[in-house]
Amino acid sequence: MQILRKLGFYVVALFAAVTLNFAIPRMLPGNPVDILLGKLAIQGPVAPATRHSLELLFGSDTTGSIWQQYGDYLKAISTGGFGISVTYFPTPVITVIGQALPWTLALVGLATFITFVLGISIGTFAGWKRGTWIDSIIPATTILQSVPYFWLALVLVYFLSVGAGLFPLSGGYDVRNTSPGLDGQFLSSALYYGFLPALTIVISSIGGWILGMRNMMVSTLSEDYVMTAEAKGLSPMRVMITYAARTAVLPSVAGFAISLGFVVGGSLIMEQVFSYPGIGNAFLLAVQNNDYALMQGLFLVITLAVLGANLLVDLLYVFIDPRTRARG
Amino acid sequence: MNATSSLLTVSNMTVDYLGERTVHAVKDVSIELGRGEILGLAGESGCGKSTFAYAINQLLRPPAMITGGTVVFHDQGGEDIDVLALENKALRRYRWDKVSMVFQGAMNSLNPVMSVGAQMSDVFRTHRPEMNRSQRRDRSVELLELVSVDANRFGSYAHELSGGMRQRVMIAMALALGPQLMIMDEPTTALDVVVQRGILQEIMRLRTELNFAVIFITHDLPMLLEISDRIAIMRAGEIVESGTAEDIFFAAQHPYTRTLLNSFPSLTGERGDFIRSGASLGSVEV
Amino acid sequence: MPEPINPESVDLLAAGPDARVAKGGGDSLRRLLTPKFVVGAVIVVAIVLFGIIVPFFTQNPRAIDNVGLTPPSAEHLLGTTQVGQDVFAQLAHATRGSLIIGVLVGALTLMLSALFGTLGAYIGGVTDEAFSLFTNVMLVIPGLPLIIVIQSYVPKKSIFLVILVLALTGWAGGARVLRAQTLSLRGRDYVLAARVAGEKRWRIIFVEILPNLLPVMSSGFVFSIIFAILAEAGLSFIGIGATGALTWGTMLANAQNGQALLFGGWWWFVPPGLMIALLGAGLSMINFSIDEVINPKLRTVNVAKLVKEAATA
Repeated sequence: MQILRKLGFYVVALFAAVTLNFAIPRMLPGNPVDILLGKLAIQGPVAPATRHSLELLFGSDTTGSIWQQYGDYLKAISTGGFGISVTYFPTPVITVIGQALPWTLALVGLATFITFVLGISIGTFAGWKRGTWIDSIIPATTILQSVPYFWLALVLVYFLSVGAGLFPLSGGYDVRNTSPGLDGQFLSSALYYGFLPALTIVISSIGGWILGMRNMMVSTLSEDYVMTAEAKGLSPMRVMITYAARTAVLPSVAGFAISLGFVVGGSLIMEQVFSYPGIGNAFLLAVQNNDYALMQGLFLVITLAVLGANLLVDLLYVFIDPRTRARG
Repeated sequence: MNATSSLLTVSNMTVDYLGERTVHAVKDVSIELGRGEILGLAGESGCGKSTFAYAINQLLRPPAMITGGTVVFHDQGGEDIDVLALENKALRRYRWDKVSMVFQGAMNSLNPVMSVGAQMSDVFRTHRPEMNRSQRRDRSVELLELVSVDANRFGSYAHELSGGMRQRVMIAMALALGPQLMIMDEPTTALDVVVQRGILQEIMRLRTELNFAVIFITHDLPMLLEISDRIAIMRAGEIVESGTAEDIFFAAQHPYTRTLLNSFPSLTGERGDFIRSGASLGSVEV
Repeated sequence: MPEPINPESVDLLAAGPDARVAKGGGDSLRRLLTPKFVVGAVIVVAIVLFGIIVPFFTQNPRAIDNVGLTPPSAEHLLGTTQVGQDVFAQLAHATRGSLIIGVLVGALTLMLSALFGTLGAYIGGVTDEAFSLFTNVMLVIPGLPLIIVIQSYVPKKSIFLVILVLALTGWAGGARVLRAQTLSLRGRDYVLAARVAGEKRWRIIFVEILPNLLPVMSSGFVFSIIFAILAEAGLSFIGIGATGALTWGTMLANAQNGQALLFGGWWWFVPPGLMIALLGAGLSMINFSIDEVINPKLRTVNVAKLVKEAATA
């Protein structure tokens, strides 16, 4: 029952995002269709089908009522009819997305996972050893947290790339020597190129996890059941992990949604800094080129990914907190 | 009381809460507990009885600190254990095996995200590593049934049990390793009186069967008069009077003890007697 | 990104079922003034004063010169940009710009989250369900991409558009926390007593509930400021911030476009980022201190210090 409710919520959220995508170009000043047509026309005559799909996506004064437009829009979206990209002309938007998506999923997904695991572990330890010198790392992580992603990225680039020449300045993999494929050479090249971007994500978002977990640990450690566990003579490791951390991690998991939103936002810009061939880079290029079709398509995909991740985490939460199963 | 029948000797226990203003929570308290004896520790809130109980087991946390005294446990095997000197592994081995505790308010004493059975098995996993999984489960179920909790509650979570049931589970857990002493800190305060009676009966029955000593901490003096062999009255960190239950009831020496005794309305006598006759606390000089 | 207050960790219940903020609040105020808070407050006040006072005394930040990119010197405290503009002057004016954005967004966000969180929770019923659903949906849709989408459709981007967009996308987190707190406060004895006594609804909200939400609200306000400044920096960096305004974000964007790092011009690129980090750190420290007042369990005790004090006492 719980699960149905959650699924329902995410369906509503998806609809809201799709509707936003539909409504925003139509509500704001500026005429995206004309701009796009203008750009496309530079490349050659524009086919009526292209013009029609653009009008579907962004609105025009001529065809049908707003509800009819909405219906057509939904139909087009669900079949992947996102239009043609100006930036990557003549590639359809859906293809551009398909190429960029795996890079971002891998980078952001992996980096977020590492950050979560590391952050929670450090936070657990910091909370366990509360009142000792470890508490002094909190101000350090505070400062790190407040640093803008991209600024940190650029500084890292400056020192580790331009300065020491340790890591590559840009790109997803070594384009001259390897090509995409599931072989060792490509994968190791991809890892090498992905290291700095991933490091940026980890450094700038780990502070939040550490702090959140530490605070919850400190709070949980004053609970009676932790004292009972100690009184039972259980080993400190077991008390720290099974009794304290297990309960303390719950709010962090619940707050994952908010964190993910920030990580996604930050990684957009970070991809641009590193010219990393992912969704974020494409998104920003689209913005700078007024490539509205690509931008809209990417926005939907980003939203879909975030919603999907949140749904997974939400369901996971129901499993790990038995108390939620009792509440209706 | 001669040495071989004495179970626990606490001498000159002093506990302070450090801070801007140091609070002396327990001042120079000594008790002698016999094997299988029920010692009641009574007093108002804040008199230091819980602090004392935690101190005996080294369960105090900063800013509370033991600033003086010794605790000697006379093990039935003949050995004398200096409890306050125990550390790490030795302390963990001692805990629950020789002395176990039942805390106030079992709602919070049970881990909310672990099943009740898992928490019971935990004890065996740590203290009886030779037991395998099904042995642990069987023994846990045995204990649950001992306190009249149904065996199929093994997989339940704390929030799925009633208050009385949770407290019984706590007691079952406390009995797991066959301790020689059980310290109970207000075990029935949070329960309604009918359930309270059931729990008390349970405790008394188990004690007759298994013969462990009990330090029973509560503010409910009449309850202690019912069940204790000896009673100690605590006030502001000190024991002001101690003696057998009969002595306390019939011939209380200390004015505070008398005040405490008179503070409970009786089920017999004239209506209004209690309110009219009780001496105001302000007139007691201690 | 700094972490918003977690609804679960803020526990007004920790102080007991009748807990309420005393009208004087003197005790809480005293508990607030820890070293952490003082350091944070000093940093924030220093930056604010820097932004308010110093711009009156600096050179014109937009005056170009043909000296090009020069390192810090007696004449230009923080060197010059690639078109010869004085970086120090820019920094001072940019501080003003960023602070204005931060505070205005903070205020707007506070009002929106109070509306959707507190009011909805207090009224209850269908209103509450609707507001809550709306809040959760807004929360889960990724914020920065949405902001970018909205910004990109408007041809002329003013500073007020940026402020509005940031507030419209950032209120959801605070609303959720406020709703949780209001729901718990609603069931408190003294609120029920007021309702039974027939107090008007709006009066109950303002007199009984809002004062107790003050710590949570101020924490949310502080967090919004950090969020707004970082978001604006990000937007400016990718070129869709407020055109023509001088903020830390636009300084970073210009530095990047002027290839500052490539030419070793750290004095242009590092200070704005550092200011953001400093302000963020200061505000976060203030936030922690507020957190510790709200949640007594977070106050930790330094054991070694206590033992030493006891030994020497």
